[in-house]
Amino acid sequence: METLMILLIGVLIAVATYLILSKNLIRVILGTAVLSHAVHLLILTIAGVKKGNVPLLKEADAPYTDALPQALILTAIVISFAVTAFVLVLAYRTYQSNGIDDLDGLRGPENE
Amino acid sequence: MTINLAIVIPFIMAAIIPFIYRRFPKIHIGWIVLLVPITLFVMLLRLVPSVAKGDTYSHTYNWIPSLDINFTTYLDGLSMIFGLLITGVGSLVILYSIFYLSAKESLQHFYCYLLLFMGAMLGVVFSDNLMVLYAFWELTSVSSFLLIAFWHHRKASRAGAQKAMLITVTGGVSMLVGFIMLHMMTGSYSVHEIIHNVSQYTDHQLFIPAMVLILFGAFTKSAQFPFHIWLPDAMEAPTPVSAYLHSATMVKAGIYLVARLTPVFGGDAVWFWLVTAVGLITLFWGSFNAVKQTDLKALLAFSTVSQLGLIMSLFGMGSVAFKLGYSDSTIIYTQATFAALFHLVNHSTFKGALFMMVGIVDHELGTRDVRRLGGLMSLMPLTFTVAVIGSLSMAGMPPFNGFLSKEMFFAAAVHMRDLDIFSLSSVGVLFPVVAWIASIFTFVYCMIIIFQAFFGKPYEHSDGRSIHEAPIGMLISPLILCVFVVGIFVFPNVLGQYILKPAMTSIYPGFAPADVLAPKIYAWHGINTELLMTIGVVIVGLLLYRKLKTWKPVYRLFPYRFSFNELFKSLLEGLESGSNKMTAGYMTGSLRSYVLYIYVFFIIAVGGFFFMSGGFAYSSANDAPVEIYELMLIIVMLLAGVSMLFVKSRLTAILLNGVIGFGVSIFFVIFRAPDLALTQLVVESVTTVLFLLCFYFLPEWKREDSSKSVKISNAVVAGAVGALVVVMSFAVMYYDEFDSISAYFENAYELAGGANIVNTILGDFRGFDTMLEVVVLFIAGLGVYTLIKLKVRKGDTDVED
Repeated sequence: METLMILLIGVLIAVATYLILSKNLIRVILGTAVLSHAVHLLILTIAGVKKGNVPLLKEADAPYTDALPQALILTAIVISFAVTAFVLVLAYRTYQSNGIDDLDGLRGPENE
Repeated sequence: MTINLAIVIPFIMAAIIPFIYRRFPKIHIGWIVLLVPITLFVMLLRLVPSVAKGDTYSHTYNWIPSLDINFTTYLDGLSMIFGLLITGVGSLVILYSIFYLSAKESLQHFYCYLLLFMGAMLGVVFSDNLMVLYAFWELTSVSSFLLIAFWHHRKASRAGAQKAMLITVTGGVSMLVGFIMLHMMTGSYSVHEIIHNVSQYTDHQLFIPAMVLILFGAFTKSAQFPFHIWLPDAMEAPTPVSAYLHSATMVKAGIYLVARLTPVFGGDAVWFWLVTAVGLITLFWGSFNAVKQTDLKALLAFSTVSQLGLIMSLFGMGSVAFKLGYSDSTIIYTQATFAALFHLVNHSTFKGALFMMVGIVDHELGTRDVRRLGGLMSLMPLTFTVAVIGSLSMAGMPPFNGFLSKEMFFAAAVHMRDLDIFSLSSVGVLFPVVAWIASIFTFVYCMIIIFQAFFGKPYEHSDGRSIHEAPIGMLISPLILCVFVVGIFVFPNVLGQYILKPAMTSIYPGFAPADVLAPKIYAWHGINTELLMTIGVVIVGLLLYRKLKTWKPVYRLFPYRFSFNELFKSLLEGLESGSNKMTAGYMTGSLRSYVLYIYVFFIIAVGGFFFMSGGFAYSSANDAPVEIYELMLIIVMLLAGVSMLFVKSRLTAILLNGVIGFGVSIFFVIFRAPDLALTQLVVESVTTVLFLLCFYFLPEWKREDSSKSVKISNAVVAGAVGALVVVMSFAVMYYDEFDSISAYFENAYELAGGANIVNTILGDFRGFDTMLEVVVLFIAGLGVYTLIKLKVRKGDTDVED
């Protein structure tokens, strides 16, 4: 299971990297979104999957699944959501101000 | 204790001066500021008798004891001289500035900077801890920068300030490195501990580097050749500043450091040659260049450079005594140091007076160009008196104090011939020769000051205004200094015994009895080599002055473009354009480049290290079994991911991203993470809606029109990153040397009173992290809100860009 998951994550990361390297603003943002999905999965997978019960003390018996990566990911999900929302609005403003969504056209006055 | 206060008081005053200024706009703020140096001067003066007896005062405030950095003040003979100069000349300069600067200038800034400087300078001379000394040292550079640029609307002021700052701070940083090396050798930042222990370290491999680096700092600060170029440019400062910082005090900080560290490095050949040779070259070059100046202030600047070189070289000559050891025949060599200290005081008196004199001329006439000046003797008799006394003292003529120290300088230079250490037997004869030639030029430029400005055809204002003597307030300070110039000549031994003797014992601690180190000074000691040399200086100097016009073309042999000034300028410009080009080379403004740097670095550094260290490992022994529905989910996500690269419509791309997101949340369910699954579901829904909302405003995406090579390189990088993550994850999975720390959190119910472990980690164990996470969320929310609400106002479009 872990092997398969890691391969999936590798593909997702490659896709995300390719999207981030492209010129279109929306592709870049989509790339970051995919990247955060991949990383969340990676953290969870590396800790080992399906090795224990749900980490709820009263509901299940030991052994429990490692709870620490879950806490990390929960934080990461919220932060990546905040960042994605911010970047999306930034993209919207950029387009509104400059009329383009091509990153090559947004290099600042001295580089164009 | 009092000494700590003496350092702190100017800083406190500097802080409250602006408030006083606002409170009492009627009074010239200088009068209040004047109280500070006078108080401190009197305070120090009261300590003179006990310091003369050999007492020292030391007080320590622990500051950063773990780093061996403490605010330790130390008052001995050497710091006493400088303390008196700083506060004494400081008082006179402030008194003078009250009349020099009109109330229209921004006086609160001027006096604030001046007090800052005074505090910093006192800090330099009273600090025993090298790190604290360094901090104050840089502070003097900063306050000097602020004062030079006081008239910052003038381009030359700004340029001069920048030059001074760049050169002195460069030296300061190198000095810092030297100090750290000293600490590495001796394990102490305290100057006195280092002096005490240094004999064990003279063979240490860092001994010479530390010495050279510290000297670099001292030379830049004291405007020694070839770093002297900043001092003439610093003359753009208001004249009180030039008189105070750039002749009497700050430029002597380097000399102070050399004097203070003479017991540490003295006796070493490198120290002797560096200090003496640089000093002598500076002495000659400064006096030689002073003659060609037409601006009186520039002339004085070069003469200051030259005199600083003289003092510096004397300290170098005096350091041979450490090599020779104490005996009746070698004590003569310590006299060079004695002469250095003596001339240090004398120079502050006559040069301070001369600067103030030039300030008066400039103030009354609006020019200080010797080609236009003339005949001021009868118009400004008092100013003329100051000029004559100051110039003749500088030229080394009796009956002024400059004569005494100049004679002692000649004596020291002559004695150097007799030594046969440090290969002096072959080149020692050069010492008196250079000293003599430099003194001739000194004599010539002193004549220029007197004759060209005060004799000859009277100067006339172009608008016919009458010229008259300066207000008495401006004359008090230079006249007091002139009284000292004459007074020290008449009673040199008062100064010698009370001020110079204790300083000698602090430079030569335990070397010889104090009375031997500081002999009596006599104006007349028979006809000897020194006197003959002085007579020669006068005769040749007068001849050269008479024939000035015929030999002045000699200066054209030094074209401007080969000067150090030009070198500095081209170096600075080259550095600027070079770094601009370099930055422009990689800061392309394109996001792709920046991201590419990060990825390529990741691949090369992390991946390279990974493979070089043979970190690859793989084992599927611990893998959990794969169910068929899991396999299907993996395939769906794979397809969604890969097809994102090829879809034509952005709507499809968003939906595919949604597919991946919801796939992730299903995996969270499978992997026993219910909280994650819930959060992911909510967040993914909101994100998708957000994406869709934004897409409404953005245009449909076009096909990527990048060239094939760009696409291929992107693909290669992306593939490499993905592959690297995969192999590294395998290695991490394989590695199980450490136990999981999660067992601790499984006590959640006892420790935090919660049954949901994940929740207790977030809400209790790492509660602060979660709080800050909320802050991040809040800031992002603010950002989103502002970006949506922010309207481009009319006329603001340029700023938006």
